[in-house]
Amino acid sequence: MKAFTTWLFAVVALAMVVTLSPAPAEAQQINPTAESVTEDALLEALQGGQMVDGRVSIPDELSSGLIKPGNKGWADRHGGLVRTLTAIAIVGILVVLVAFYVMRGKIRIDAGMSGMSILRFSAFERFAHWLMAGSFIVLALTGLNLVFGRSLVLPIVGEDAFGTLSTWGKVAHNYLGWAFMLGLIMSFVAWIAHNLPDKVDGEWIRQGGGLLKKGVHPPAKKFNAGQKVIFWSVMLGGAALSFTGVMLLFPDWAGGQSDWQFYQLIHGLVAAGLTAIVVAHIYIGSVGMEGAFDAMGSGEVDLNWAREHHSLWVEEVEGKPEYEPHAASSKAQPAE
Amino acid sequence: MARMKFLCDADRCIECNACVTACKNEHEVPWGINRRRVVTINDGLPGERSVSMACMHCTDAPCAAVCPVDCFYTTVDAVVLHSKDTCIGCGYCFYACPFGAPQYPKVGNFGTRGKMDKCTYCAGGPEADMTQAEYVKYGSNRLAEGKLPLCAEMCSTKSLLAGDGDIIADIYRERVVTRGYGSGAWGWRTAYGETVSV
Repeated sequence: MKAFTTWLFAVVALAMVVTLSPAPAEAQQINPTAESVTEDALLEALQGGQMVDGRVSIPDELSSGLIKPGNKGWADRHGGLVRTLTAIAIVGILVVLVAFYVMRGKIRIDAGMSGMSILRFSAFERFAHWLMAGSFIVLALTGLNLVFGRSLVLPIVGEDAFGTLSTWGKVAHNYLGWAFMLGLIMSFVAWIAHNLPDKVDGEWIRQGGGLLKKGVHPPAKKFNAGQKVIFWSVMLGGAALSFTGVMLLFPDWAGGQSDWQFYQLIHGLVAAGLTAIVVAHIYIGSVGMEGAFDAMGSGEVDLNWAREHHSLWVEEVEGKPEYEPHAASSKAQPAE
Repeated sequence: MARMKFLCDADRCIECNACVTACKNEHEVPWGINRRRVVTINDGLPGERSVSMACMHCTDAPCAAVCPVDCFYTTVDAVVLHSKDTCIGCGYCFYACPFGAPQYPKVGNFGTRGKMDKCTYCAGGPEADMTQAEYVKYGSNRLAEGKLPLCAEMCSTKSLLAGDGDIIADIYRERVVTRGYGSGAWGWRTAYGETVSV
């Protein structure tokens, strides 16, 4: 009986093998996924488009992108174009300023200090300026750290310190952006009326602002054409930085990855340009010109400085009933 | 030294998501973060195809190039890893990655990202191998134990292959020759600038 069972199993097994195994040659002809999409076709169909994407069953929409070859383009631009342009902007303006200082030196008050001063900027104006300026300096430094820190700061301070520094830098950048935006709005309200272009600006520009030649002082109102350029650069650049910055802070509002890349690119390029302009502004407002810093320091400027650089503004102020020049407190003339 | 790579044989992937689950479990990956995912193209249509994707550990990795704090490094096995101690969560690596690999926990105000998390090729991080400190930050270090990534090891159809690039390319080539068809090594052209030719 046992022999028969074994024989029966053998026959059945043999029969199954014979019926179930197709000829090997036929098997190779069938491609069950012949109709399916291929990577090459999908990548070709992209044509500079965003990504090869599909559906994922995990609850994360962002992960439905499979391959996004274009992201390497952003990476190349970020490490190449943006980095290079930023370096050119910063180094370029420093070279220009050093050259200017060597050729022209510190711009002195031709008539000397009068000892009399008048109010140029109110406490509100100075608060708005320093709110904007203080936050901008931190924003610019922490931003530049993201572009150059890796090659300039990291080798000096080491990995741990640089990681900590950059983490705090990111926190500062995220929060001080709001202070900058507030300062930007306050400055806009305070100064927009004085920064509309008029025909005095043409003459100021024709004379090179009197910057290049000693003793030349083209007439100017509260703000000369150069300051108007600074104002509008800060306002337009600041608005662009604020908008793109908020979009980067709230990525959900901005849309998808390509939108973030775009906003980041604009943010980086505008920041580089504005930083260069502000560096020049800082120079002329401090070491570059005698008496200029007082305008934003104490708010009181020397009368001779004001007559030389903002003649029309001085005339305007002098015409007002509340006008009263007074002895500058620190450089008071001895009483007679 | 080996040059570790992943290869997903898309003709075999059945979208079971076991690789995704295995990865999450092996490394105790937090909620909301997926180091690996299965993307189905043309889902529900004739010609649909599923591909399992994670960090491809690229040659000249773009994430490493754009990282402002230089937190990425490449191991001797060509695995791209990063240091969570240095990472500031800026998101640049996610902008740069062609495979959507970097993931960020949502922490703090605004859309602030926490420290980046991604596939480690089951190779841990800069901490000492197989320590608790390494496990908490990066998950288990199977490579140090002499094992390959778990996602590929437990793939039910052996669609996902992990190992030295030349060896898995040979295995794949052999398959294609034997069965007579193959859709190529997905992502290789973008990650390594080369593909598997049969």
